[in-house]
Amino acid sequence: MENPCRRRIAIPVLMGLFMLSLSLLSGEVLAQAAERGRVFFNSKHGDIWSCATCHGDSPMGPGKHASTGKSIEPLAPAFNPKRFTDSAKSEKWFRRNCKDVLNRECSAAEKADVLAYLQSLKP
Amino acid sequence: MKNILPKLLVVALMGLGPQAWADYHDHDDDGQHRSAHAPMLPAYQQECGSCHMAFPAGMLPAASWARLMSGLSKHFGTDAEVDAANAKPISRWLQANAASRSDRHERAVAAPPEDRITRTAWFQHKHDEIPDGFWKRASIKSPSNCASCHSGAPEGDFDEHRVRIPR
Repeated sequence: MENPCRRRIAIPVLMGLFMLSLSLLSGEVLAQAAERGRVFFNSKHGDIWSCATCHGDSPMGPGKHASTGKSIEPLAPAFNPKRFTDSAKSEKWFRRNCKDVLNRECSAAEKADVLAYLQSLKP
Repeated sequence: MKNILPKLLVVALMGLGPQAWADYHDHDDDGQHRSAHAPMLPAYQQECGSCHMAFPAGMLPAASWARLMSGLSKHFGTDAEVDAANAKPISRWLQANAASRSDRHERAVAAPPEDRITRTAWFQHKHDEIPDGFWKRASIKSPSNCASCHSGAPEGDFDEHRVRIPR
């Protein structure tokens, strides 16, 4: 562009469009991750338990341990602000419970999907 | 005066009777299990009190606790693995507070089958009036779900006068 005035307008407009498309795209990405997470959360993965078995089909409310009957506080962060604030604790429970449900550890992508699902649950 | 003395004696003995009865039936300290008096190690409460109540250390002998702590990845059907940094102090605390011969509840001393608290002679004696099949009630689900009938269980209160059996 030879005309500097046009350059001063065009660049911010292009930047704005770029940022807008990024945010729209990331929203779309998050929604897809949340849906994958929802399916993953409710699947029994070939064995007898799913995440929902203990944490509830609706993790917005309290769950109940499948063997002991003990009440479990809600898992969705919007309904229990303590959830996922301690990364060591989150990792510990992912490790234990993925081994229970899937007989293996969950991958980072699977954990991210589950988190996206749980974070998508709003009152 | 002479006639009153025997009567006074009778009244005094009547006073002792309930105490003896309470001792026999373990009620003298409000039914609190002796081991429940040991303050709970916070790490034990945190690591071992999420899926089930954090059971008082005195409900099992040391040998049972040692076996349980060494097999946490296969803990009654689930993975309850604890990292080494927490496992050591928890094991030490359990060993120090496990049921022993000096404990009044000697029936807890023998290691129960599968190291299950609910299969100790003590537990079965305490619950010998509970009919079979009762534990399967949806509101109770398992004999290990103490709080379903003993609402004060997390605080160590198992007093039978405060038992409320849910429908």
